[in-house]
Amino acid sequence: MTIGIEHYVVVSSILFVLGVLGIFLNRKNVIVILMAIELILLAVNINLVAFSAFLHDLTGQVFAMFVLTVAAGEAAIGLAILVLYFRDRGTIAVDDVSHMKG
Amino acid sequence: MDWAQSLRIAAPEELLSVAGIILLVASAWGQTRRDARAVTWLSVLTLAVAAIMTAPALWSGVSGADALAFSGLFSGDAFAAFAKLLIYAAAGASLLVAPAFFEKQNAYRPEYPVLVLFAVLGMSMMVSATNLLTLYVGLELNSLAAYVLAAFHKPDQRSAEAGLKYFVLGALASGILLFGMSLTYGFTGTINFAGIATALAGGAISKGALFGLTFVLAGLAFKISAVPFHMWTPDVYEGAPTPVTTLFASAPKVAALALTMRVTLEAFGPQAAAWQQIVVFAALASIVIGALGAIGQGNIKRLLAYSSINNVGFVLIGLAAGTPQGASAMLFYLTVYVAMTIGGFVAVLMLKDAEGNQIESIADMAGLSRTRPLLAAGLAVIMFSLAGIPPMLGFWGKFMVFQAAVQAGMITLAALGIAASVIGAFYYLKVVKVMYFDEPAGKATGRSDMLHEWLLATCTLFISPLGYLITKCLTALTVVAAGVLFPGA
Repeated sequence: MTIGIEHYVVVSSILFVLGVLGIFLNRKNVIVILMAIELILLAVNINLVAFSAFLHDLTGQVFAMFVLTVAAGEAAIGLAILVLYFRDRGTIAVDDVSHMKG
Repeated sequence: MDWAQSLRIAAPEELLSVAGIILLVASAWGQTRRDARAVTWLSVLTLAVAAIMTAPALWSGVSGADALAFSGLFSGDAFAAFAKLLIYAAAGASLLVAPAFFEKQNAYRPEYPVLVLFAVLGMSMMVSATNLLTLYVGLELNSLAAYVLAAFHKPDQRSAEAGLKYFVLGALASGILLFGMSLTYGFTGTINFAGIATALAGGAISKGALFGLTFVLAGLAFKISAVPFHMWTPDVYEGAPTPVTTLFASAPKVAALALTMRVTLEAFGPQAAAWQQIVVFAALASIVIGALGAIGQGNIKRLLAYSSINNVGFVLIGLAAGTPQGASAMLFYLTVYVAMTIGGFVAVLMLKDAEGNQIESIADMAGLSRTRPLLAAGLAVIMFSLAGIPPMLGFWGKFMVFQAAVQAGMITLAALGIAASVIGAFYYLKVVKVMYFDEPAGKATGRSDMLHEWLLATCTLFISPLGYLITKCLTALTVVAAGVLFPGA
């Protein structure tokens, strides 16, 4: 069996769904949410690189580089906000992030 | 296309980035209250200069290949110029109201205006994007600055929670958007808007491209807080410091909506039937949920958050029409919406008790017409305009959007929208009733900042019947700007 473009798309779709479920089903810890976000971005990167190879077009790989760079900045800012939050409340449990409701 | 012309077209963005970097370095040395004020004024000045540099593109109505820069990655056309002028004005206004708010708790830092400048740079790139890569970089630059701004107010515990919620859900939205962009790239073979349109023209849309389109629209719906991706809006608007909420509710909304227009009408224009149903659903759901959710809210900032969801629904009706009239009606509505939103949040900033603490509860605004008659009158004009009651300018915005929908043959959509806007009128008028007919609570007695008073007066005059004096000129500009998206028409 040769591995075609559809296999890559299926793998990246599974990773994407796992990432989204990781955000919504996780009731424990905000750090896990950050990991789920990274998973989503990696699913996108697999897609971009696979399509790039398949189309013989470099654009997708350049795009993947941009996604990687921005993901690093995003993680840094997310962790910074998380530290600020932890100093305020002394916890990072997801269920406690609910002072505002309605 | 030579390099010098590209640089000339992107001049406002270059000014914003250079000014942002210089002010960032300057604020590393100056941390006193006076320095923070100086950086704020310099940032406002930068925005004003950027606006002056942008205006000629709108005036001359430049479009198509003349406006493209950097090998078609970026466009400085009249549509982008219109959106940018709105963004700069809204961001400038929200910068002006910030110092008085933060200084009360000694929490003002010069980094605040610098972050706003970077957010504006991101928005500016979003509306000029003619390529998925430019779109993504602009959107992220805006979002990353916005996450920090939401968590900026350290004395308030709600601020960090708002920042965290905004970050998690915003990052999820970016992920969904990116996944859609990767599918679009894979199934059309290009990330250029014009190229995508060519690839999709003729015949039915492929399954993969349809998935891509849906994911892209879902990600964008999140950024404009359209239903069903609106759940973050009330929490973030309540928790973020009020000057930041003023910014969130105005400038990024304009940028994201302008971006949505460009993506749907330019890139996915040949497959309008595929996205029209999604937009119609989002528009109606936003209007209804925005109106129903606001009923029973006790916090004025939450109420205005639901109001912004409601208003996005009306703007999307113009998009559902998919015609040049619809697009120009959207731009008109957005202009009026920015004035109403900024006026509304500035009025909230002016509600203070005798010690100068902020008041956010609607119950505490009871009898405001007796303690602060002018403030109550201003807020009443804004509420009437948001409800779309003539002769306020908000009515004209709604009228144009519905007219465009009817002309496009979407009579059911327009009828449902009008019926749902009646629900919205209920809670807007309830605020007016509390201010004018309830027994005074005697809470909101504190003095407000001079600058806030002037801003509120300007916004109120613009949306009052006096605003009709400039509708002719404004309509002409929206027609020019919207025409860019319909080169064939």
